[in-house]
Amino acid sequence: MSSTPEAPEAPGEEVAGPAVDEIREGLLVALTAELGDAVVGSEIRDRDLFVRVRPDEWRRAARFCRDRLACDYFSFLSGIDWMPAGSGAASDEAAFEPPTAADEAGDETGDETGDADEAAVPPATTRPSGEQAPALRTDDGRWKTGLAGGDTRFQVFCRLYSTKRHHGITLKADLDDADPRVDSLVPVYRGADWHERECWEMFGFDFAGHDDLRHIYLPGAFEGHPLRKDFPLLAREVKPWPGLVDVEPMPDEAAVPDETPAPAEPTGGGAAE
Amino acid sequence: MTVTEQQRLYVERTAAEARVNVEIETEGMTLNIGPQHPATHGTLRVLVKLDGEQVVEADVVPGYMHRGYEKLTEVRTYPQITTLVNRIDWLSSFANEVPFVLAAETLMEIEAPPRAQWIRTVLFEMGRIGTMCIFLGDMGVQLGAITPVFYGFRDREHVLNLIEAATGGRFHPNYDRIGGLKEDLPKGWIDETKAAMKRIRSFCDQLEELLLGNEIFETRTRGIGVIPPEIGLEFGVSGANIRASGVDWDLRRDEDSPLAWKECDWKVWTHPDGDAFARYWVRLQETREATKIIDQLVDGLPAGPIQAKVPRIIKVPEGEAWVHTENPLGEMGYYIVSQGWLGPFRCKIRSASFSNVSIVPWLLQGVYVPDVITILASLYFILGDIDR
Amino acid sequence: MTFAVVLHLAYWQLTIIKLLVVLSVVPLGALVLGYVFLMKVMAHMQSRLGPMDSGGLASRPGLRENPFLPHGWFQLIGDFVKFVQKEDIFPALADRWVFALAPAVVIMSTFLLFVVVPAGPHLIAQNLDVGIFFALAVSSLSVLGVLMAGWASANKYSLMGALRAAGQLIAYELPMVLGIMGVVVQAGTMSLQGIVLAQAHGSIFGFGRLGEPFVITQFFGFLLFLAAAQAELIQTPFDMPLAESELVAGYLTEYSGLRYLLFYMAETASAFAFAAIAATLFLGGWYLPGIGPSRQLADVIGPFVLGAKIMLVAFLIYWIRFTYPRLREDQLQTFAWKYLIPLSLVNILVTGILKVVF
Repeated sequence: MSSTPEAPEAPGEEVAGPAVDEIREGLLVALTAELGDAVVGSEIRDRDLFVRVRPDEWRRAARFCRDRLACDYFSFLSGIDWMPAGSGAASDEAAFEPPTAADEAGDETGDETGDADEAAVPPATTRPSGEQAPALRTDDGRWKTGLAGGDTRFQVFCRLYSTKRHHGITLKADLDDADPRVDSLVPVYRGADWHERECWEMFGFDFAGHDDLRHIYLPGAFEGHPLRKDFPLLAREVKPWPGLVDVEPMPDEAAVPDETPAPAEPTGGGAAE
Repeated sequence: MTVTEQQRLYVERTAAEARVNVEIETEGMTLNIGPQHPATHGTLRVLVKLDGEQVVEADVVPGYMHRGYEKLTEVRTYPQITTLVNRIDWLSSFANEVPFVLAAETLMEIEAPPRAQWIRTVLFEMGRIGTMCIFLGDMGVQLGAITPVFYGFRDREHVLNLIEAATGGRFHPNYDRIGGLKEDLPKGWIDETKAAMKRIRSFCDQLEELLLGNEIFETRTRGIGVIPPEIGLEFGVSGANIRASGVDWDLRRDEDSPLAWKECDWKVWTHPDGDAFARYWVRLQETREATKIIDQLVDGLPAGPIQAKVPRIIKVPEGEAWVHTENPLGEMGYYIVSQGWLGPFRCKIRSASFSNVSIVPWLLQGVYVPDVITILASLYFILGDIDR
Repeated sequence: MTFAVVLHLAYWQLTIIKLLVVLSVVPLGALVLGYVFLMKVMAHMQSRLGPMDSGGLASRPGLRENPFLPHGWFQLIGDFVKFVQKEDIFPALADRWVFALAPAVVIMSTFLLFVVVPAGPHLIAQNLDVGIFFALAVSSLSVLGVLMAGWASANKYSLMGALRAAGQLIAYELPMVLGIMGVVVQAGTMSLQGIVLAQAHGSIFGFGRLGEPFVITQFFGFLLFLAAAQAELIQTPFDMPLAESELVAGYLTEYSGLRYLLFYMAETASAFAFAAIAATLFLGGWYLPGIGPSRQLADVIGPFVLGAKIMLVAFLIYWIRFTYPRLREDQLQTFAWKYLIPLSLVNILVTGILKVVF
């Protein structure tokens, strides 16, 4: 749990929490016992288990999950690129300043619910003070990664599930920046075939042991790996992200004071209409 | 289990026949089913190498409709993404929104009020009925019986009207908000819902008599496209497809969900055979169950607000969440990686049809061309759900 | 022929009249069946909207009951305009002559069918002694047109459809012939006119007022004939050569516009012709109980009686078509060889024994 960001925990799970966690803990113990120090990170959260293993033990971990942890169902396999780039809503922090708690309470009155109780903003949604825009990097200068941590730019992850015991495991593995390569899961789960093909073309991961890595979605001559963060999204290059408000203000609402930036319009719930 | 033994024998036998025919060295023919073909529900391409009318080898080529939603989610805010995901499985659009919104709510650690959850469940099940109406009719038309599909479209209309009345959109409701719903139900909606559910049930009875009891339908579907349960699970086949192989697994019952399935009395149907007939049978029963769920839910609909308190600007705290639900086509889930921005850092969309169809090359070995169509129809995929 | 004698027509005049009648029966029959069954009955059975409401007027309250206002029959005009205005396309690799001729061959076989069907004691284009034999022979000609269409289209779907049609030919032609054999044995003649007269003069256990429609004694043969006719007409459950969900449109895939319409018309007119043959063989043809075949009146009402019986049989044909799913090709062969043909042989045997006994 090296670089796991600490998110504010809400006290919502006391009832079911401990009992279910026992299952997850048990799974984690079993995995750790089998793989030893190949388990480099783990996290149990929201009644869910996330385990990061060393890439060379990737297939063994999946096989162990299938054979010993009853994970008979292969849900999906995909990748993450932790590079803090990208365009648009995710990173365009300049266009947006989060409103203070007071602003939020004031805006809330016009909401659809109508029965606005200004003080009732849940604590979990109020960001810790001082964090105006989320940092792209952690304090020690490395890229932010998600649950169970991550040491490199690329991460492959898959989701396994037990249809009999109803528990799921998310397996993750860090891949090399220059040569993202990992063992294929096809010998363990045949369903990994298409998912690895997709991951291969979208992220450029190489799956050793998969003998049929060819394009599945993209045309054969496509260059680049679209889901990598450094792959430009042409639509956003041509027309940059306009900020949070992408609609013209209504004529009668044109005179919005400048210091309340975007969100005078019903953006929170209604912008997507 | 003897039934699974039988299935495996059948599969091996048909595959063996295909191999024998290859050895005779007749000149094969490559038939390109799709991307424009009546049986592919859009633009799926199935390449089959034929020996006579028997499939020697099959390959499925998706991607003619790939819209890059996973990339697009990275440049959109959370409320905007519900518009995108509506278009994944376009026949039950509402059901696509729910797991996404639930995932965002999990990360934000808010929960929609009970009334919103109940209405979500009702509309979710309505989406299921709408999809299943198409399937139950379409399966007939794929087998050559044109009448059921008209009944299917006719009776889906009742459900679509209800969805439109509640949400304003027939196909793409975009009705979910993080923390609740767009607005409350209109007046008189509940009575109409009950009348519509009666009609759907009579539609199910009608189709049961018209198709399920038909000898030709049985000869065309029994023993065709048998999916042994463990192989289906390995391929990630989910939903009614895997329940038709005898796997008693339904996320609505088996997973803790804030939605209201636990509140009512319904049953998960399975069928031991795993063939096309079983898949049809299971879906027919599921449509009936869905009407029962809706009936019970609208009877006990709790009062109260439909929107929890959420900030004006939706910013989801850092973290990762995986939420999956039992969508009409199978397991659908969203793996959201948030870094505390307006939009997700990464959003993996796990759609049911992608995995359901990935078994097709395995399943098509050694079958006849007409059975290719039966198998494709019985697996029931939506192109948007494969290609995302 | 009295008809000719009464009107004092020369041979050539009679021939022209016969030609015109036969030529007009095909489009007329296609039109009637197409409208009544393919539109109205189908729309009622399948809750289709177009053939029920198009014309706009019918959807207004109070107008739906008025039979003279458009009650979906605009659809007929619309469909026709749609076919006419479509481009006549030849695929690049098509064998142009064969491709163009194929619909003509198919519709030719339909024309020839009507030559031997009697509509009254004297209303028959050519009273052949081997009438039913001729009818079965020319009806098989249409398969030739189908093969031509499938081969010339240079399309895999078309070719597979045509091959399926050819493969189907033997499977259903045999039970059809064998099914009719019972009727021929019972009537003692192959002439269609003779078969009608045999039914008109027959009696059921001495009760002769109704004649003896062979559907009663040859009920089994009637079912065999209907099943085989369904395959001959390429209709569900035996429409594998078309199989729109598998082969797009089978041998019709590459046809458009008027050529497609010709095929379509031939198909519907064939249904009319087969209904006419079935009505003649099993329902007593133009004979109406109470009006003896020797009376002049029989020539006047004969066509209408036959028409009514045709509609009855055609309803059965289309009812099955709208209800059933499609069999698989190998299942059709199994059905034909393992069930239909042995059963029809048994039927002939039983008919022969009874013929000798009575």
